[in-house]
Amino acid sequence: MIRTRVVGDLSTLPDHAFGLRSILFWGVIGFMLVEGTVFVLAGGVYLYLRGLSPTWPPEPVLPPSLIYSAIFTLALFATELPNRWLNRRARALDLRATRAGLVLMTVLGLALLLLRAFEFPHLNVRWDQNAYGSVVWMLMILHTTHLITDWADTAVFTVWTFTHDVGPDQFSDASDNCAYWTFVVWTWLPIYALVYWAPRLT
Amino acid sequence: MSAVPMPPADAEARAAAKLAETWGDRPGVWGWLTTVDHKRIARRYLVTTFVFFGLAGILALLMRLQLARPEGRLLSPDRYNELFTVHGSTMMFIFAVPVMEAVALYLVPLMVGARNIAFPRLNAYSYYMYLGGALTLWVAFFLNIGPDIGWFGYTPLSGPEYSPGKRADIWAQMITFTEVAALAVSVSIVTTILRMRAPGMTLARMPLFVWAMLVTAFMTIFALPSVMLVTSMLISDRLMGTHFFNYAEGGDVVLFQHLFWFFGHPEVYIIFIPALGFVSAITETFARRPVVGHTFMVLALVAIGFLAFGLWVHHMFATGLPKLGNSFYTSASMAIALPSGVQIFCWIATIWAGRPIFKTPMLWVIGFIVTFVIGGLTGVMVASAPLDLQLHDTYFVVAHFHYVLIGGAVFPLFGAFQYWFPKFTGRVLSETLGRWQFWLIFLGFQLTFFPMHLLGLNGMPRRVYTYPAGLGWEPYNLAATIGAFTIAAGAVIFVVNVVLALRRPADAPANPWDAPGLEWAVASPPPAYNFVDTPAVSSRTPLWEDRTSLPVMGGLATDYREIVVTSPVEAEPGNRQDSPDPTIWPFLAALATTVLFIGSIFSEWALVWGAIPLAIALTGWFWPKRTGPGGAPE
Ligand code: HEM
Ligand SMILES: [Cu+2]
Repeated sequence: MIRTRVVGDLSTLPDHAFGLRSILFWGVIGFMLVEGTVFVLAGGVYLYLRGLSPTWPPEPVLPPSLIYSAIFTLALFATELPNRWLNRRARALDLRATRAGLVLMTVLGLALLLLRAFEFPHLNVRWDQNAYGSVVWMLMILHTTHLITDWADTAVFTVWTFTHDVGPDQFSDASDNCAYWTFVVWTWLPIYALVYWAPRLT
Repeated sequence: MSAVPMPPADAEARAAAKLAETWGDRPGVWGWLTTVDHKRIARRYLVTTFVFFGLAGILALLMRLQLARPEGRLLSPDRYNELFTVHGSTMMFIFAVPVMEAVALYLVPLMVGARNIAFPRLNAYSYYMYLGGALTLWVAFFLNIGPDIGWFGYTPLSGPEYSPGKRADIWAQMITFTEVAALAVSVSIVTTILRMRAPGMTLARMPLFVWAMLVTAFMTIFALPSVMLVTSMLISDRLMGTHFFNYAEGGDVVLFQHLFWFFGHPEVYIIFIPALGFVSAITETFARRPVVGHTFMVLALVAIGFLAFGLWVHHMFATGLPKLGNSFYTSASMAIALPSGVQIFCWIATIWAGRPIFKTPMLWVIGFIVTFVIGGLTGVMVASAPLDLQLHDTYFVVAHFHYVLIGGAVFPLFGAFQYWFPKFTGRVLSETLGRWQFWLIFLGFQLTFFPMHLLGLNGMPRRVYTYPAGLGWEPYNLAATIGAFTIAAGAVIFVVNVVLALRRPADAPANPWDAPGLEWAVASPPPAYNFVDTPAVSSRTPLWEDRTSLPVMGGLATDYREIVVTSPVEAEPGNRQDSPDPTIWPFLAALATTVLFIGSIFSEWALVWGAIPLAIALTGWFWPKRTGPGGAPE
C-alpha cells in the first residue's frame, strides 16, 4: 500500500449542513427528479389519449366538478405559508417553533387528505369506465400517494422530535421535509390543470 | 508544497484499527443481512448478476440446440416463446443493467476517495429489491408460469384479452422490482459523484469511468420512470379493469410502445456507456499514459447521453410507428456513430502514443473495438432504405443487437472483470486462462452471430421455434449453434479461472498494474473504511504524480462513521457528515415491498394491506438515530 503524507486537516469543517449543502437533500432532489419524470410522463399519457378522442371527456361523461378541487387547491397552497415558516425556524435550530410547526403541518396534511377524499366521487367517472377515466384516476392517485407518504413521514417525524433530543441533523431533516412538501404542492398545479381544466378547454 | 511532517507509522496503524472497528460489520448471517458496506453489496450484486447471466445463457443454448437443425423437436412452440422472453428479459433487466451498476457501486466510492456510497442503506435495499425481481421471474419460470410475450411485452399481446393467467403480470412486476433498484442505485451514485469526491478532484480531474457512470445514472433517472409507469398501467389494465391500452374504450396499444421505447432506446446506452468507461480505464493503464483527448471523451459521453433521448423522438416520428421495434437497435448504432467515433479515435491515439502492454483486459478492448466497427457497419446497412424493409424482424436484427450488446458491453465487462478482480477479491486472475476465455468467446461470438446476418438476408424471421428444411438456412444455423457452444466453453473457463483464483490466498498487491486511479491506493481488497485519511487530489492520474507517497487530509472521526462532503464542481471540502451504521431495516423494507408487489399480482387489496408492513419498515428505517455529533438518519 502506498505511503501517505498529510497535507491538510478536515476536522475544522462544520459537522452539519442544511439544504443543498447536505447530501441527504441531494437524495431528496434525486427522488423529486424521478417522481417529476413520472408526473410529466403521466401528463403526456393524458394529452396523448385526449388527442385520440373526438370529444373530451368522451360522451356522455361530464367533466369533473370544480368545487371540491377548488377548495382543496386553495387549502393546499395556503399550507405553503406555515411550511415556509417551519423551514426557516428549523434552519434557525428553534426547537419549540419546529415542534409546533411540525404538529401544525401534520394536522393540515390530514385535513387535506380529507378534502382530497371528497374529490374522487366528484370526478364524475370511474377508472374502469373508459380510457379517459383510467388516466384521470391515475393522475389523481399519483398525487394522492405523495400526499399520503409525505403526511405519514411528517407525522412519524413529529412524534420523534417530541420523544428525543433533537440534534442539528434532525433540524436539517425537518428542513428537507419542508422542501419536499413544496414539491408536492407545486406538482399539483399541472395535474390540477389537466384533470379539471383540460376537459373544459375544447 | 507545505507538507506537514509524516505521521508516525504507529499512529496511522492505530487509526486504521479504530476505523476497522467503527466501519466493520458484525460477523455471520446478521452481519450479512445488515451490512451497508458498498463493497459487500456490490460484490453480492456482481455474483448475482453473473449467476443470472449464466442461466439466461443456458436458455440461449437450448434455443440454439433447437434451431441447430430444421424441424427441431427439443422445444414446443410455447416453450420457445418462454425461452426467448426469459432470456431477453433476464439479459436486459437482470444482467446487463445491474452488472454495470454493480461494478460502479464497488468502484465509484473508491475512485473518488470516499469512505462509502452516499446512501448506504438505500443501496442495501436496492440489492434485495433487485434479487426479489430476479427471483420472481425465475421462480415463475420454473413453476411453468414464466412470461412468453417477448422482452418488450407489447400490448395487445400482453393485455388481458390475449394473455390470460399470470405470465404477463410476472413480467411486468419483475420490471417494477428491478427498476426500483436501479433508480435507488442511480440516485446514490449521482450524489456520491457530485458531493463526495476527494478534495481537489474537480470535475475536470474526474476519472472517465466516473464520468460514464454520472451520465448513466442521470439517464437512468429520466428513462426508467417510463417503463415503470407503462408496466404499472399494463398491470392495472389486467387487474383493475382500466382501459389504457384498450382500443374499444378509447385506449391505444401504440401508447405502450411510446412509453416502452422512451425507456428502451436509452436503455441500450445505459448498458453501453459504463462499458465505454471500462474501456477508457483499461486503455489508460495498459497504454501506460493518460487518455488522449480527455475533454473530448467527456463531451462525447455527455453527447451520447443526450442523443439517446433525442433519438427516441426520431424513432417515433421519422421511422413510422409499425416498424418501431425493429429499427430500434439500428438507429441506436447510427446515432452513436459520431461521439463513439470520437471515443474510438482517442483510444487508438492513446494506444499509439503510449507503450501498450497487451494483457488480457487489453485484448477485450481490442475485441470490443473490432466488433463494434463491424456492428457499426451492419447498422449502416440496415439503415439503407431498400434493405431496411427486407431485414426487419429477421435474424439480421438479432445478429445486430447481439453485436451491439455483447461486443459493445459484455466484452468490455469481461475486460473490466479481469482488470479489477484483484481489487474485488485480493487475487489476480490467471492470464493464460484469461486468454483462452477471450479467444473462445471472441471467436465463438463471431461464429454465432455473423451467420445470423446472412440468415436475415435469406429471410429467416426472428422468434420462430423451428424452420423447414431446404431454404438454405441449415449451414448458418448449425454454425450459430456451434458458435454458441464455443462461447459456453469460454464461459466455463471463466468460471474455472475465478474459482481457482478464489482458492488461492489473497495476496494481490494494492496496485498490481501500476494503474493511476485512487482505487489502487488502498489494499486489495480494501478495508471496510476504504481510506485511512482522505486523499487530496491534484491531477487526473493521482497515483502517477508522485510514486513515493499519496497526499491526504486527516481529521475525520475514527470512532464513529464520518464522511467529508465537498462541492459539486471544484470538490472543495464543505462540511463533515455522519454515515449510517449497519441496519436490518432496508432488508425488512425490501421484504415488505416484495410482499406488496407479489401480492398485487393476485389482488389489488395487497396495495392496501401490504402498505402496512411497508410503512412499519420504513418508519424503522427513517427513525432518526443519533450517533455522531450531528446524528445521522438517512
Ligand atoms: C451469450 C450468448 C448469447 C446467445 C447464444 C444468444 C442467443 C439468442 C437467441 C437464440 C435469441 C432468440 C432469437 C429469436 O428466436 O428471435 C436471443 C434473443 C435475445 N437476446 Fe440473446 N443470446 C446471447 C446473449 C445475449 C446477451 C448478452 C444479451 C443482452 C445483454 C442478449 C439479449 C437478447 C435479447 C434482448 C433477445 C430478444 C428476445 C426477444 O425476442 O424478446 N442476448 N438471443
Ligand atoms: Cu432508437
